[in-house]
Amino acid sequence: MSFEIFIFYVFSAILVFAASRVITVRNPVFAAMFLVLTFFTCAGIWMLLEAEFLAITLVLVYVGAVMVLFLFVVMMLDINVEPLREGFVSYLPVGLLVGAIMLIEMVILVTRNFKSEQFPAPARADEGYSNTEALGQLLYSKYLFQFEVAAVILLVAIVAAIALTMRRRPDTKYQTPSEQINVTKSDRLRVVQMPSEKQ
Amino acid sequence: MIDTILLLITTILKIVAILLPLIISVAYLTLAERKVIGSMQVRIGPNRVGWKGLGQPFADMFKLMTKEVIIPSNSSRFLFLTAPILSLAPALAAWAVMPFADGLVLADVNAGLLYILAMTSLGVYGVIIAGWASNSKYAFLGAMRSAAQIVAYEIAMGFALIGVLMVAGSLNLGDIVRAQSGGFFSWFLIPLLPLAVVYFISGVAETNRAPFDVAEGESEIVAGFHVDYSGMAFAVFFLAEYANMIMIAALTSVMFLGGWLSPIDGFGDGIHWFLIKTAFCLFLFLWFRATFPRYRYDQIMRLGWKIFIPVTIVWIAVIGFAIYFEIGPWFQVRA
Repeated sequence: MSFEIFIFYVFSAILVFAASRVITVRNPVFAAMFLVLTFFTCAGIWMLLEAEFLAITLVLVYVGAVMVLFLFVVMMLDINVEPLREGFVSYLPVGLLVGAIMLIEMVILVTRNFKSEQFPAPARADEGYSNTEALGQLLYSKYLFQFEVAAVILLVAIVAAIALTMRRRPDTKYQTPSEQINVTKSDRLRVVQMPSEKQ
Repeated sequence: MIDTILLLITTILKIVAILLPLIISVAYLTLAERKVIGSMQVRIGPNRVGWKGLGQPFADMFKLMTKEVIIPSNSSRFLFLTAPILSLAPALAAWAVMPFADGLVLADVNAGLLYILAMTSLGVYGVIIAGWASNSKYAFLGAMRSAAQIVAYEIAMGFALIGVLMVAGSLNLGDIVRAQSGGFFSWFLIPLLPLAVVYFISGVAETNRAPFDVAEGESEIVAGFHVDYSGMAFAVFFLAEYANMIMIAALTSVMFLGGWLSPIDGFGDGIHWFLIKTAFCLFLFLWFRATFPRYRYDQIMRLGWKIFIPVTIVWIAVIGFAIYFEIGPWFQVRA
């Protein structure tokens, strides 16, 4: 067993353990932290595949941004787990059915289309090969149209999310810094001349 | 097998050779901070321990090491003790790709810039987890402020770096420095001045330093996320903050000030220039702290979202335009 395979198995074991803890641990904050660990080890496995761009982007986007917001929300909500468990038994048959269907679908896909002879191990790229550069070349030439469509869809999603959550409150007080800077002495100060009352 | 072990040993030695000077720099940065701010406020600063106070960092360190680490009741013990490590580890790991001089780098990674961005974005976990695990309102408020602030400024920071990689044509930090060769006027500081300013200020915000230190805000939330930490646990947070400061200063000097390159083309390039530029950026950190009052929270958000992000987007468009029409000596795409 080579060193690489050994590392792969270590990472996979951590990955499976962390992923299973995400759904079994009781405290939602711990669940979120286990999800972070899952993403991190997944990035490690991608790194073994020499997909350094995807691996670092996974850490950057999911661990660095998405999970921070997740944690933010999970910590703010005071989630009480007990009421969530009440309907567990009544929903169990439906859940099992959905799970079984998904399992069957996965088994069909994996056993028919993903045999190892159909996917030979990829040749190791030589030293000067840059994964990032290759990805960029493909994205901005061959798949330019799809890339742009995806960008527009994401933009629409951002606009929609902001439009849905933005509430205009007419009574909100806020400052306008440009007006504050452009204030002159005459706007704020009134000099009153008055005689002194007592000698 | 022997080769693997030798490689492992040399790599560990290199890591020690980076970390040891870094930790000593952190220790003396704390002294420099107190001395610099002291002289800006016409005080002497610490001068009791050792010659002119040079032993002060060690006195501080021994004091913190001998203090008891108190774990608050009803806190999450595991996460409470993990949080300082979570904030220190990314601050140290990011140094792996830092080019100190031509070829003097631990890991010459092609996606170095992305790696740095990923590592600096992980530092926020230490703060959030510390705030939550302490089971205290003040700590939690500090953590929430810090999370919102870091998420806001990371976008501006990422956009500023996009400008750098557009002009340099590479994600490798060594190549970015080499793209700036040719004297002071070839440094990215001049063609990318708005991005350099945005990057450095975002860096100050990202490290929770004054004037963006609302996460600590002594006047309203005591010390923010680390209010319940004491002894070594607190010292580790302190170490992480200063390591991050040095990190941001070093990155600014690598990406905008030409790293190890001398201001006069080909005249004495070397690690000393990298160190001088980093020290200058660190001085700016201290200068900011002595000069500016703390921003209010809504002002921080306004600066991040409404000013920095539009500025960077406009400047990225300008760079794209200049590269496309090959305007100016700085914007020729380097093959």
